[in-house]
Order: sequence, then C-alpha cells, then structure tokens
Amino acid sequence: MRDVAVVSFAASGVARETESNEIELIVPVLAEAMAQSGLQKSEIDFVCSGSLDYLFGGPFAFVAGVDAVGAVPPIRESHVEMDAAWALYEAWTYIQTGEIDTALIYGFSKSSIGDVQEILTLQTDPYNTLPLWPSATDMAALQARAYLEANDLDARVLAEIAARSQRNAMGNACAVRSGDVTIEQLLAAPKVADPLRESDVFVTSDGAAAIVLAADDVARRVCRRPAWIRGIEHRIEAHNLGLRDLTRSESTATAGAAAGALSGKVDIAELHAQFSHEILVLSDALGLDPIATSINPSGGPLAGNCLMAAGLSRIGEVAMRIFAGTADRGIAHATSGPCLQQNMVAVLEGEAHG
Amino acid sequence: MGKELAAVIGVGQTAHRSSRKDVSMAGLVREAALEALVDANMTWKDIDAVVIGKAPDMFEGIAMPELYLADALGAVGKPMMRVHTAGSVGGSTAIVATKLVTSGVHKRVLTVSYEKQSESNATWGLSVPMPFSAPLVAGAGGFFAPLIRSYMHRSGAPRHIGHLVAVKDRLAALRNPKAHLHIPDIDLKMVEESFMLWDPIRYLDTCPSSDGAMALVIGAEDVADRSDSPKAWIHAMAMRSEPTMFAKRDQVNPLAGRACAKELYGQAGITDPRKDFDCAEVYVPFSWFEPMWLENLGFCAEGEGWKLTEAGATAPSGDIPWNPSGGVLSSNPIGASGMVRFGEVAQQVRGRAGDFQVELKTGRALGHAYGGGSQFFSMWVVGNRKPGA
Repeated sequence: MRDVAVVSFAASGVARETESNEIELIVPVLAEAMAQSGLQKSEIDFVCSGSLDYLFGGPFAFVAGVDAVGAVPPIRESHVEMDAAWALYEAWTYIQTGEIDTALIYGFSKSSIGDVQEILTLQTDPYNTLPLWPSATDMAALQARAYLEANDLDARVLAEIAARSQRNAMGNACAVRSGDVTIEQLLAAPKVADPLRESDVFVTSDGAAAIVLAADDVARRVCRRPAWIRGIEHRIEAHNLGLRDLTRSESTATAGAAAGALSGKVDIAELHAQFSHEILVLSDALGLDPIATSINPSGGPLAGNCLMAAGLSRIGEVAMRIFAGTADRGIAHATSGPCLQQNMVAVLEGEAHG
Repeated sequence: MGKELAAVIGVGQTAHRSSRKDVSMAGLVREAALEALVDANMTWKDIDAVVIGKAPDMFEGIAMPELYLADALGAVGKPMMRVHTAGSVGGSTAIVATKLVTSGVHKRVLTVSYEKQSESNATWGLSVPMPFSAPLVAGAGGFFAPLIRSYMHRSGAPRHIGHLVAVKDRLAALRNPKAHLHIPDIDLKMVEESFMLWDPIRYLDTCPSSDGAMALVIGAEDVADRSDSPKAWIHAMAMRSEPTMFAKRDQVNPLAGRACAKELYGQAGITDPRKDFDCAEVYVPFSWFEPMWLENLGFCAEGEGWKLTEAGATAPSGDIPWNPSGGVLSSNPIGASGMVRFGEVAQQVRGRAGDFQVELKTGRALGHAYGGGSQFFSMWVVGNRKPGA
C-alpha cells in the first residue's frame, strides 16, 4: 500500500445557519483546507464528497458542492450518499491505484431546515420497520438500555460521558453545545427516550468539513507533520435490530482489528458517537483504555453533529492533533445507520519529530 | 491502469418492467446480484465488498437504502459503499467498485445498481420546489429539450433524425428479452404521430420509467485468470464533472464529456473510436442525444453526428453499432441505466450478448453514462483481451 496522509483539515459548525445556503457553507471550509495544504486547485487530482439529498430537501445535494468547488475546467469527481468519511475512503483507494496523488474530500449539511429525526427514520426498512416510524433516538435508546442492563450500569454513566463531552467542547469552535455542567444537573433533566436524556443525544449543526489527502512525497512537501493513514477499514452489519447483539459493535471490532487499531499506543480516539452510550459500546469494540487514551477531546457529535461531515471530522480532529504534535497515534471512527449499523475505523500516525 | 488489472467476470440483470410488483426493492437487487454471482461461478461468501449505486433517494422515498439492503446483498460483515452521481451513477458505481480491485485492496467486488421507479414518480422527484427558484415541474425532458433545439439549430439536422434513433433502438430491443419496451410494429410514422411532450421530443422519443437492477462481479487479474467464466478486461475508466451553469458553458457539447473521453481514449490507446470499438452502449434517454453524443465522444466531427445516424452507421448492421441492446430508450431504471450500459458492453466482448451480439473485430467496446444537466460523465472501455495484449 502507498503511504497516504491527511495534510489539512477544516470544519465549521453553527446550531442554525440562517444567512447561507449549502454552497456558501462549503466555500469557506474548502478554501481553508486548501490554504492549509498550500496546494492550488489545479494540483488536486480528485474531488469526492458526502451528502444526503433528504437533508438538502431535494435531489442532487452534491451539485451544490460541484458549484462550491468551482469545477471549471471539469474535474475528476465523485460522490457518496454517505458520511464523507466514506468519500475519504473512496479517494484513498483511488490514490492506492497509483493513478493520482492528491484528493480533496468534503461533507456538508444544513440540517436545521428539516426534521432530522424524521429523515433518519427514512433510513429504515420500508416494509417492516418504517411503518412503525421509530426515530433515531428511539432506536438508540433500545441499544442504550440493552447495554446498561448487560453491564449492570445505570444512567449516571451516561451523564458522566455527556458532561465530559460538554467540557471538552469548550475549546472547540465548531461545537454548538458546551459548558461546565455537573452530572447532577444533567441527571435532573427528564428523559427523552428511556434511558436517554437530551444531553445524551447528539445536537446537529449546520456546516461542512474538508480534508486534503496526499501521497508519499507530496504529503511530506506540503505538510510539516502529515497524519499518515496506517489502516482504514469499514464493515456493515444487518439492518434489522433484532438480528444484532446491540450490546456490542461487532463491525467496529472487526474493522478496528483489520485496521491495526490495537497494534500500538492510542493517544487519542475520536468516535462518531451520536449518543452517550455509544462511547461505551465503541470503546469496548476497540479495546480503548479511557485512562491512556483521550476520547473525543473535541467533544464529539454530542457537542455538534454536522451530519454527513461528522465522520470525516473525526478523522480531521485526530489529524489536527498529529499536525500539532499533541498526539502521535490516534484512532478515528465514523458510523452510519441506526444503532451503529455501519462503522469505519482509521488509524492515523505522525512520524517522530526530527 | 492502476496497480492491478481487473475484469468483469459476472453479469446479472433483471428484466426491466414499468412495475416489478412481484419483488420488493431488496428482491429486485438480489435478483440481479444472484444472476451475476452464478455467472461468475461464485457464491455470496466469495465476495470481499459490495458497492451499490442509485439515483436520488427521493425516487423511492428511502434515505440511504444501502443500509436496509445490506442483508439482501450479502454485505453483512463486509465493507459496503453507496455511490450517487445523478444519472451517471450506474457507471460511476462500476468505476468505484473496479478501483477497489485495481488499487489492490480487494480481489472480488460485487457492484449493483437499481431504480424502482414504480415506488414513486421521477418527474416529481426531480421537481421538488426549492427556495428562491421557480418550480418548473419540467422533469428531465423539459430541461433537455432546449439543448436539443440548440443542437438542431447549430447542426442543421432535419427534424426526423431523433425519430430514426427512436425506431432503431426499439427495433434493437426486440432482440433483448430483458428490455422494458417491446414495440414490434414501431416505425417512423408511429414515432412522428406520437404526442408532443417537450418540443421536439415526442412521446416515443423518450425513455420509459422502469424498475430494474444490474449487477457486475469485478475480479482481480489472478481471480479472472483462474475463472472459467468469460472475461471483459477493463482497459480504461474515466469520470468528469462540471457545474450546471457557468459563463460560456457549452451545454450541447459539454467540455466535461469531451475531457472524459479524451482521458479514457488516452488510457486505452483509442485514436479513432468509430474504428477502434466494435460497438458502444451510450446513455441516450432522449433520441436526439445519439447524434449529440456521437460528436461529444469524437465518433465524428462537430455537426456531423446526425449524418452518421441518418446513414445507419449506428444501427446493429452499421459499422459502429450504438446501443444494440435497445439502450436507455428501451429500458430506464435510472440509477442502473449507466451500469446497464457498462454491463452490456462487457457482455458483448464476452460474447454473451445473445441475439444482439455484434461481430467482434477489435474486441473492444465503449460504455458511457451521463447525468445532471449534461454535466456528470462516467465511461469505460472493456476488451476481450488483457490491456496491451
């Protein structure tokens, strides 16, 4: 495999963007990611994005992205109707063919214009599950309860995670929910879907995230300390919740092992955990030690979940800390589907200084 | 092309119909996938990864349907991806799947694309009212008709050219049992007398709305070498995108299409597409797009495409058959239509095209798809011998 690295990362996030449309949300983020990389538009060999038509409210949300990139003259470009972490995976495989050296990846959404819970329900089996109209939070609550009961825990552990997320997010400009809250304050709030409280459920943000990938010498030339992708793997599970053991994330464990997640120290892990309990399920699957590893130092999706970009941002958040030298090796995780149906694990590493 | 060679070693396709009420969406994709696996002498467990593609989710009302379809496509425990690049998606999906092999990441990839148009209404799905823009409810035909009129004006093509394509592709479809439209008594008069939809597009100048799915099994060189199944070696792949609108954009003969073909032909060593290919399956959803794409793809000089069509060069009996399967004009499961083009040329070079098999001389063929406002392109070249052999 070729050595491929993340060489720049930019992201935005606000609770509700009222001034800008999708194109205007993307443009500044792309500009920042490109400026960080120092590459010119003509030096980008491939562009790949992730978005969701239903969040956009019409067909072809990705066409907004083609406008934002300014694809004149025409570009090599593709799109996944998935979180942009999978767009990064597509670009990574393209670079692995040896035909190209660089790629620009982005994801975006302006979810404040729609009903996100209702849209996520449209992901479910249209014949057997959709007619029950379960929301994403309803389904997550089933998983949370299964996990707590299997591990003899109560909702206090969820509040601890939620409080830590909000504290961590105080330093994150893209976060839309942050603050120094106590566990007791959070536990005093009513449950929205037993055992989950509002603080255990992701908050959406409007925005975008972008990453530039580069191979070998190009990465070394444009980035002082590239975040090398040492492994990147993803797996999907059965859709029907009744066919899965919800107390475990088997696909995360398999993808993590295949990516080599555990074959070295883990300074930082950014997990695409959209509900408090998912931090526990994912940490189990990846064998993370919460003392040795800083988990979601950005606050994660509980502090701001820009749908279709949040998974890509997890990769970016790890890369950013490797660029800065505050971490040497980290794990990024992205997810899709109800109750962690599909999961990606990427292992990023910086070379020793010197 | 890439680190590893790749070949199509299995092809599966559903029958295309206006309403496949006999199957669910999962049943539809599974039907195509199973046929491709059987063709490749494989079972579900042989597959390393699954790549699925389709056009806008609003065509069926399911967001990110790959999640629900994971079980039906045997993807559980495996990597799965979902591609969406508008009408070109069937082609793009095959390309994304092939790159998983040419990169050396996987050995055997199943790729599937589908549309079940009967679940909804594509024209309405394309015409959702958006803020600050007038809802035209014009659908694709309303968008493309002005481009066709512009082509007629620029080239001086007579009005019957489109009708000739409409007749040619429907006659070809009579040899393809999986085609949606079978109109045995089709002739020029019937097309000319069909009602006007969007001037100059008459009813029989348009594609149908179909339910259907297409599946391919892509294998790495060593897998293909060991396989008893005939191979379509993938010689070249290219994709290009441009914005819907920009100053001086040529919407009739788009730069993105020309640039895509140029990169493709460069990879495959194609210098004269009319001679170097035995046939082409090209995305022609409205009849007039045959002469327009003949020019865009360099089969003739600009302004000359309609003359090739008129002379019968693109008929099954012509020197460069276009859409011998009947094409998009005879079956249009939108998200799958691009992959149907890619798969039909694979079948041609594998010698598996049945009653619409063309004569193999160069052993190479062109698959093409486009989408959006003539702005997204994906293409590939397949051959019955390894590239360079």
